[in-house]
Amino acid sequence: MSNKKEDLNFEESIKKLEEIAQELEKGDLDLDSSVNKFEEGMKLSKKCNSLLEDAEKRITILLNDNGNLKEEDFNPEED
Amino acid sequence: MTYNAISVSELNKYIKEKFEEDEYFSSVLVEGEISNCKYHYSGHIYFTLKDENSLIKGVMFKTYTSHLDFNLQDGMKVMVLGSVSVFERDGTYQLYAKAMKQLGKVGDLRAAFEALKEKLEKEGLFESSHKRPIPVMPKTIGVLTSNTGAVIRDIINVSTRRNPNVHIRLFPVPVQGEGAAQKIADGIRVMNENNLADVLIVARGGGSLEDLWPFNEEVVARAIYNSEIPVISAVGHETDFTISDFVADLRAPTPSAAAELAVQDISILQENIYSYQNRFKQALVKKIEFMKLKYEKCMASRAFSKPLQQIQEKYILVDKNIKSLEYSISKKLQNEKAKAQNMYLKLDALSPLKTLARGYGIVSVEDKIIKSVKQVKTDDKINIRMEDGKIEAKVI
Repeated sequence: MSNKKEDLNFEESIKKLEEIAQELEKGDLDLDSSVNKFEEGMKLSKKCNSLLEDAEKRITILLNDNGNLKEEDFNPEED
Repeated sequence: MTYNAISVSELNKYIKEKFEEDEYFSSVLVEGEISNCKYHYSGHIYFTLKDENSLIKGVMFKTYTSHLDFNLQDGMKVMVLGSVSVFERDGTYQLYAKAMKQLGKVGDLRAAFEALKEKLEKEGLFESSHKRPIPVMPKTIGVLTSNTGAVIRDIINVSTRRNPNVHIRLFPVPVQGEGAAQKIADGIRVMNENNLADVLIVARGGGSLEDLWPFNEEVVARAIYNSEIPVISAVGHETDFTISDFVADLRAPTPSAAAELAVQDISILQENIYSYQNRFKQALVKKIEFMKLKYEKCMASRAFSKPLQQIQEKYILVDKNIKSLEYSISKKLQNEKAKAQNMYLKLDALSPLKTLARGYGIVSVEDKIIKSVKQVKTDDKINIRMEDGKIEAKVI
């Protein structure tokens, strides 16, 4: 249910993207390192994007079933 | 017959004087319900104080209103300290209020609110250093509110509009009445214990101070303070402030605003990511162009464009050096030859053989050259060296 801690979370990833962009833009890496950085950045940015898209829309309600939590889909009533 | 009539002004003035002579009128304490309350732009408050059967007009001048710790509203039960006097222009008597206290439950709640706020503030529950940042991309939004009504609907609508993939996890709680505060606090604790959300929204729609009361209770304040999950408080309307708002990591003016604060607009985040990808691409293209330029400059240099020319130039240099070396060697040889010749001639001129050739001889005894007659005596064996050989002789 919670975030996987071994991965960078979204904020950390965005921070890393900014770092990579700045390193690349400085231009003092050699070509090989630049290409590696570029690939690292593209990979991370794609991961971020998939973080945005992969999540599934879910509206759920937690119910207390004799002390046990149960989760069900929730549809708010219309007026 | 003459009538001794007085003017209206004089009459009202007389009445006013009578009122002011009365000590009781100068300081009355009266209870009633506020109606027709008007905050005048001058800063004075005009109102009517009434009970079931009667009413009196009242005014509180600006000088005194600053000491009021609540806003006067129609229907409020209050206790007023003031004086009663006459407003001569209208010929009316009215209550001149100097101080006012709210009565009834609402008044008590207000006092309790202030007391708790002061207590928790002293304890540091409102410290901004304790406030956690709201995550940019929470996967799960935990919502504590009623499972019926507009609040949860608004939150769902706003959230899913900004990010269609968001997960909203509702923990239903009563948001008013007896026991609501404890249930809200328990909900916050359960969400934390089971790590059920990345951010919590504690929300309730507008209502009276009594309706909002659970969010002013200490048990809720402490639950919010102790929550590891960041909490956004959205209780009542924009003008309502609750203790929950002060303790929460972020206060939202309304439940819809809370959803906006918790859920980032996915299109903006995506744009943000694309702009990074563009920056990477541009930086790499720039790098490659730079390297290409460097390569071209390198290839354009003479080493690459005319490699033979350099070698030929070097050959010429080598040839030149060899020639000058050869020249200096032969010159040296000539010099040495001439020197040797000269020496030879000198040596030749000095040679004893030359003298011998002219007919001289060298006399020696036992290899010792004889330069005087005294060096020999009769019968000595001597050697005489001539140009073409040796003569052995005896002195007689």
